[in-house]
Amino acid sequence: MRDRFSATLRLWFAPQRLREEGTTPDYRFSLANERTFLAWIRTALALVAGGIAVDQFLTGLRGGVRTTVAIVLLAGAALCAFRAVNHWVRCERAMRRGEDLPASRFPVLLATGTALAALLVVAVVVLGLAGR
Amino acid sequence: MEASGSAGGPPAAVRDPGAQPERTWFAWRRTTLTFVVSVALLARTALAEPTAPALLAVSVGAFAWLGMLVTAQRRIRGLARPAPAVMGPGQVLGTLACVLVLIVAGGMLL
Repeated sequence: MRDRFSATLRLWFAPQRLREEGTTPDYRFSLANERTFLAWIRTALALVAGGIAVDQFLTGLRGGVRTTVAIVLLAGAALCAFRAVNHWVRCERAMRRGEDLPASRFPVLLATGTALAALLVVAVVVLGLAGR
Repeated sequence: MEASGSAGGPPAAVRDPGAQPERTWFAWRRTTLTFVVSVALLARTALAEPTAPALLAVSVGAFAWLGMLVTAQRRIRGLARPAPAVMGPGQVLGTLACVLVLIVAGGMLL
């Protein structure tokens, strides 16, 4: 586990080492992996925009709550961006080695987080908790 | 270079019917455009109340966007050749760095 982690981490900072492993897959597979990477980067960018927007537009909220929500969104964005690189490296390596693509728990975590946030907003709106 | 597609010789570059390089190229463009939303939101704050931290945040954000633009541009140039190579470390880590700098710019306004 720890070995695998450090191997992945090394690939992060030197993705050119990927070429030392296995064989080069069909370039179209790599391009599909690249687009998935970019889609995750856009998810991260959407979270950044959300974080900045919360701070600017939810002026009705108390300062502490507003800053907390914004920080959570920005931290989520950073997590998404790191995860994008990590998953790209792992998929690329798996394709070169001819292994199965890595399974990941991250999408379900993000989905759960989004669903919980939505429910929270519904509760706040219905109960009229937002300061007026 | 001679015009490709002349009768006879081997096909220099068979067009991928799935248009994968083109789709990837547009994905880079989309990502660069998505970046603009955050930078525009930062700029809005700076215009509303032009304080020093706000102006600094916009500068940092704009700088990150420029980095993203250059990274995308370089990758798109790489995609233009037949059977494009895998993304290089500069492109992967460059994109990550630009996003992280943008997050820092957003954090500066809190």
